Amino acid sequence: MLDKFVNIDRRIIFVLVAIAVIVSLLLTFRLPIPPTPPVLSIYNTIEDLPPDSHVLIAFDYDPAAMEELQPMAVALLHHLYSKDLKVIGLTLWPGGTGLAEQALVTLAGEYNKKSGEDFVFLGYKPGVASLIINMGENLHTAFPTDFYGNDTQTLPALRGVHSLKDIDYVIDLAAGASAETWIAFGKEKYKFDMAVGCTAVIGPDLYPFLDSRQINGLMAGLKGAAEYEVLVGFQANAVEGMRPQSVTHALVVVFIIFSNAVFFASGGWRTTRKRLGGAGR
Amino acid sequence: MTFLRRTIPLAICFVLGITIAFQYYVPNQHSSAFLELMTRWDKIIAGFAVFIGAYSLFHLHFSRIKFKAAGWGYSIFVFIGAGIMLFFGFYNEGEGLLADKQEGSMFDWLYIYVQVPAGATIFSILAFFMASAAYRTFRARTVESALLLVAAIIVMLGRVPLGALISPYLPLAADWIMSVPNLAAKRGILLGVSLGAIATSIKIIFGIERQYLGGGD
Amino acid sequence: MRLIVSLLCVFITVVFHGTGAMAQYLEQEFTESTLPEELRAFDVPDDAGGSIGLSWKASPADSPDVSYIVYVSTSENGPWQEAARITSTTGYKSDAPQYFGFRKKQRNHHFVEIQLQKILPGSNVEKPYYFKLAVVKGDSVKEFDEVVSARAKGNWFNMSKLNNLIIMVVFSALVLYFISHARRHPGMFLRKISGLEAVDEALGRATEMGRPVLFVHGLTPIGSISTLAAINILSRIATRVAEYDTVLKVVNNDPIVMTVSQEVVKESYLEAGRPDAYNQDNVVMVASEQFPYVVAVAGIMTREKTAANFFIGFFYAESLLLAETGATTGAIQVAATDSYTQLPFFITTCDYTLMGEELYAASAYLSREPMLLGSLRAQDIGKAVVIGAIFFGTILSSSGINFITQLFTGF
Repeated sequence: MLDKFVNIDRRIIFVLVAIAVIVSLLLTFRLPIPPTPPVLSIYNTIEDLPPDSHVLIAFDYDPAAMEELQPMAVALLHHLYSKDLKVIGLTLWPGGTGLAEQALVTLAGEYNKKSGEDFVFLGYKPGVASLIINMGENLHTAFPTDFYGNDTQTLPALRGVHSLKDIDYVIDLAAGASAETWIAFGKEKYKFDMAVGCTAVIGPDLYPFLDSRQINGLMAGLKGAAEYEVLVGFQANAVEGMRPQSVTHALVVVFIIFSNAVFFASGGWRTTRKRLGGAGR
Repeated sequence: MTFLRRTIPLAICFVLGITIAFQYYVPNQHSSAFLELMTRWDKIIAGFAVFIGAYSLFHLHFSRIKFKAAGWGYSIFVFIGAGIMLFFGFYNEGEGLLADKQEGSMFDWLYIYVQVPAGATIFSILAFFMASAAYRTFRARTVESALLLVAAIIVMLGRVPLGALISPYLPLAADWIMSVPNLAAKRGILLGVSLGAIATSIKIIFGIERQYLGGGD
Repeated sequence: MRLIVSLLCVFITVVFHGTGAMAQYLEQEFTESTLPEELRAFDVPDDAGGSIGLSWKASPADSPDVSYIVYVSTSENGPWQEAARITSTTGYKSDAPQYFGFRKKQRNHHFVEIQLQKILPGSNVEKPYYFKLAVVKGDSVKEFDEVVSARAKGNWFNMSKLNNLIIMVVFSALVLYFISHARRHPGMFLRKISGLEAVDEALGRATEMGRPVLFVHGLTPIGSISTLAAINILSRIATRVAEYDTVLKVVNNDPIVMTVSQEVVKESYLEAGRPDAYNQDNVVMVASEQFPYVVAVAGIMTREKTAANFFIGFFYAESLLLAETGATTGAIQVAATDSYTQLPFFITTCDYTLMGEELYAASAYLSREPMLLGSLRAQDIGKAVVIGAIFFGTILSSSGINFITQLFTGF
């Protein structure tokens, strides 16, 4: 009988997770979201930038990771536009072009910001590391025109920007290896302040860079986005997402405790398994 | 033939490998210009490679349909999807291929309402798989695995607002686990990985490791 | 009581008198300030040109409410444009150890780096530029007459990266020495790596079951060392697959990786004497983006019931999705990745997992070629040096001696 629970059909787990997510989306309850130091650091850096400073956001993600990273982009843009900073947007992911443009343009409308004057969207270019190096040497040869075909040499939003060295703050919103690439080929080579927003799954990857001060701030996953939303006073998708995320985490903890209880009750601990991961097959 | 397939590529790899490695130490603008040139070539090659990839993808699915391989019906959707996106991309709201991309086009609609939710759906499956994998494998078989299990529970609860509701110490404990023992282990792996990567790069630059050119010698 | 009142009076007198004297002193310092001592303009070293550094001696009158303004001009007589502004208690030479080293006395001089293109966009940075200083306190600005000039020029060697260059040269020499040593003295000891011992078991199982072997590349492009290491392993696996006469399917998400993989597998089949068994359609790019790639690979696993799955390279969030799907099909699974975030997912769902640097050692391990094995010894020595540096660096740094920390500082 207990063996049934030890090797439970994974579809039962899937159904329970789905119910937990749906119910917590339907019910409304508030959870405390205090900002953590790595997120607060990004907020404070932007707060300390004088007006007209240049901030580059690399939208290095595609639709698959938008649930975690787009709320970060939106919250950041609220902050940047409200501080009258010049925003430079680009993406190293071809699938990120639409999302980046959507965020930049929609938010710009709310703050009466004009393309080319207050913000510039450079679009997508292939090359990843080589593109970053190219921008580090000369941003205008890397992107001779912006996404809309305007000459980047003449755009007021890029006045005083020759290369990455002239950018005051770079924020990479990363769903993959782009953060490490920006650090290795951008930040380390051309010396600019940098922060990263990333999906929760690669968050632990970036802690060493935070500790070594190669990045001065880190927003990981939906929780990081929710903290930033709270800081800028714009509570939207990320704060809402904290309910299902909390409930699902709690459910997984219950699963683990239950599976261990059943495992011990069934005497499974006596028979040491030789191979990890074989259970359930 | 060996000269073209082995000697020339190895020579290019050696010369460029050494040059680009030393370029890192030369800040002069000529050195920057050289690096810029190299990266431009890299981007051009990457651009053309997209055609090779597209050819491979279409050839594969065409063959699957032609030979009625298992699940060949799905391959039809590759052509339908690619065809629709290409059509609306070229159509560009009636402005054609040479005009700048138009706002609010059908291409955008397909991207926002088809590609975006489809991608997010696949990503969300991760939550289900994680729950299933955690249930099956997180067992306190040994003292070490019991420690891992306790750490995992603290981190899982500490990383969401619910943790702070249970105890204000949970987020602090989770942060400590992430930034001390977790970071120490990761740094150890990272140092080993970095040394391994450097050693492999040296072997590739000097032509000692040349499997990537094909063949064993 | 009288004593307390007297003390209070004395205290108030001292405080008010003191404050007034200080204010008078600052005012005097500010209005009668002499020229900032040792004002110097110079080309910023170790750069591509385009930056000029200014230094001057810190003054005893420096305080948080006093600022310095640096003016720049293309002519000695102006017009002048503000190039930088610093609070007088910040911006010291000690803040730029990459140029001036770590000596404590560097805090006696202010230092400002002027990037000419940022201040004067489009100007000819090779011309001489002129600078002068002003001091600001409250609303008052005092400009100094002394003008200094410098010309920016590009440098041919970045001295601040000397430590990096020495480490690179020494480590490269070690690798090459041990490769040459291993060639002369074969039979080097190599600890057992279970995951690689299992390769033959997995291939044998696939052959017995008459099902294909699936090789899944990570997501990084050809420029990544992980991908090159994966291709090296693919070559070894392809040779054995050809010998076993079973089907090998290789999937990836990058057209260049696909082209190289096709070439490698073809050559391996040729080497094994089975060129006829090679089918180009078995080495394919199934999708270029992350999650479509997951769906395509999962589809291959479930439809074709692959008997052995190899996940080799650098993976992201797709690792668990792929390996969990493979686990449900009952395939024997071997993963090798240097993406340490994904290691827990592979460990829980695969039969064998090669961690971190084992990915790079795998090609040498499978081939047992002394030349390839030699580099592993150099890696071990490199690790010993790093461990020693961390150990002694931590002890010395905790005792306030930062010599080793400074030696390894990267700029």
